[in-house]
Amino acid sequence: MIGWFARRFGHLLLVMFGASCLVFLLIHLIPGDPIEVMLGEHAQAADREALRARLGLDRPLPVQFGAYLGGLARGELGTSIHSGRAVAELLVERLPATVELTLAALLFAILLAIPLGISAALHHGRARDATAMTFSLIGVSVPNFLLGPLLILVFSLWLGWTPVSGRMGFSSLLLPALTLGSGMAAITARMVRGSLLEVLREDYIRTARAKGLGPRAVIWRHALRNAWLPVLTLIGLQLGALLGGAVVTETVFSWPGIGSLMIESIQKRDYPIVQGCVLLISLSYVLVNLVTDLAYAWVDPRIRLGSSE
Amino acid sequence: MNHFGWRAWPWLILAVWAFLALFGARLAIDPNQIDLQAILRPPGAADWFGADALGRPVAARLIAGAGTAFHVAFSVILISAILGSLLGAMAAWRGGWLDRLLSLLVDLLMAFPGILLAIALASILGPGLNNLVIALSVVGWVGYARLARAQILSLKTSEHVLAAKALGVGEGVIVLRHLLPLAAAPLLVEATFGVASVVVAEAGLSFLGLGMQPPDASWGSMIRDGARYMLVAPHLVAAPGLAIFIVVLAVNIVGDRLRDAWDPRHR
Repeated sequence: MIGWFARRFGHLLLVMFGASCLVFLLIHLIPGDPIEVMLGEHAQAADREALRARLGLDRPLPVQFGAYLGGLARGELGTSIHSGRAVAELLVERLPATVELTLAALLFAILLAIPLGISAALHHGRARDATAMTFSLIGVSVPNFLLGPLLILVFSLWLGWTPVSGRMGFSSLLLPALTLGSGMAAITARMVRGSLLEVLREDYIRTARAKGLGPRAVIWRHALRNAWLPVLTLIGLQLGALLGGAVVTETVFSWPGIGSLMIESIQKRDYPIVQGCVLLISLSYVLVNLVTDLAYAWVDPRIRLGSSE
Repeated sequence: MNHFGWRAWPWLILAVWAFLALFGARLAIDPNQIDLQAILRPPGAADWFGADALGRPVAARLIAGAGTAFHVAFSVILISAILGSLLGAMAAWRGGWLDRLLSLLVDLLMAFPGILLAIALASILGPGLNNLVIALSVVGWVGYARLARAQILSLKTSEHVLAAKALGVGEGVIVLRHLLPLAAAPLLVEATFGVASVVVAEAGLSFLGLGMQPPDASWGSMIRDGARYMLVAPHLVAAPGLAIFIVVLAVNIVGDRLRDAWDPRHR
């Protein structure tokens, strides 16, 4: 178990390091001059040189790379070109909103998907199954940037129940969380259904039924315990999609999180901030995946035993 | 409608989409024609889709948007599915450092939520259709590479491959003619669902202002522009929204059916 954990942790560090390098390469190696992009084609040569020197872009690439990694190790991510504030500080300011939104969306998705999936599987092939799966197919097919404006139109503009945008208390969280969580709810419901149906075909379920256990006990004690595993992996993977989807959802609702910060900074061509946002979101994603793996190992003893040899 | 006809509707949607994308430009309505008299005109009997905030015909812009979505979706899927499958298959077949290198690269790219990487790439490359295709392909090939690698790994020791090897068949031929065709079914299912996610990604990036640039039309940028007038002209969001929804739904249903046909466990 300890060996397995150490290997996973080593892999995590490697991927985090690699992701950081990749972000650096993205910004620095792609053809085109970021200075020109930031200042426009008609900027004075002197202004360009001044900005280049301020951002350290006049130094050789390996030196810049060393400085970048050194900064990362100290938690420094550079400063904003426009406001001059530390990027790390801006990220810390915006992070709670994104965490709040993502967790709310996750909670909504799980609370909706699990009962829906179980109920569909237990009524396999009948009307309730078909209805649940139709809803889930619709949920998968409606993108965030469409659902968001539609929800705003109905619940904010017509009914006046929730604020149109911003982050002011619980009511303002409802629509963004619903928007962000709907796709995940749909995918998870399908997975719960599929996984449960597969487990219900196993011999040990027939055995449990044959020894006279009631349907409730068969589902809860025997079927669901094993149906969880693929669902858990999917939830971990989907959390990454949530973190990515948050960029769009936050923009729709002017939710003051990392995602809207990133889009604002892209529009202002404030690349140090964009770089910081990409790094923060992807590192969170890697961490989430590690936690999922750990949870998986905790739930399924076969994985611990299988890989600790 | 009889049973068969009803089940064919997703294919019909896809056919209409392809037709509008390929021949829509010849339908002689200019999607960028500004008509100040028509600003925010609601849908009516004469004009089913109305006009947008600049008085441009929404119907023509929907057709132009169908072209954008189609062009991006098929370019991205072709590039990323072919490149990803070949890379994954070669890595699995050769093994050794090539396989380790590919796995590392795949792990690195998987460390980013896909849409995030696409947004970052699109913002660095600058807006425009071709950059959008590049950004989405860079993100997209990873899934096919992983899938092809896993498939080939499980197939490479099968007897027909050993036989081909023993007969002295070249490795390019073994991978292309004897291995990849056997792995084609899951890759094709993946590519079908891929069309849906690329349509959504293209619209999403255009919604964020990173894809198609004005005045050219994309369903995503139509939603972005229309959202401002939602209370007075909801058709500006509803029309492109419905277009995206129907196309994505049709693709997903086709994908589900293909998967069910090849992998009956999902039924």
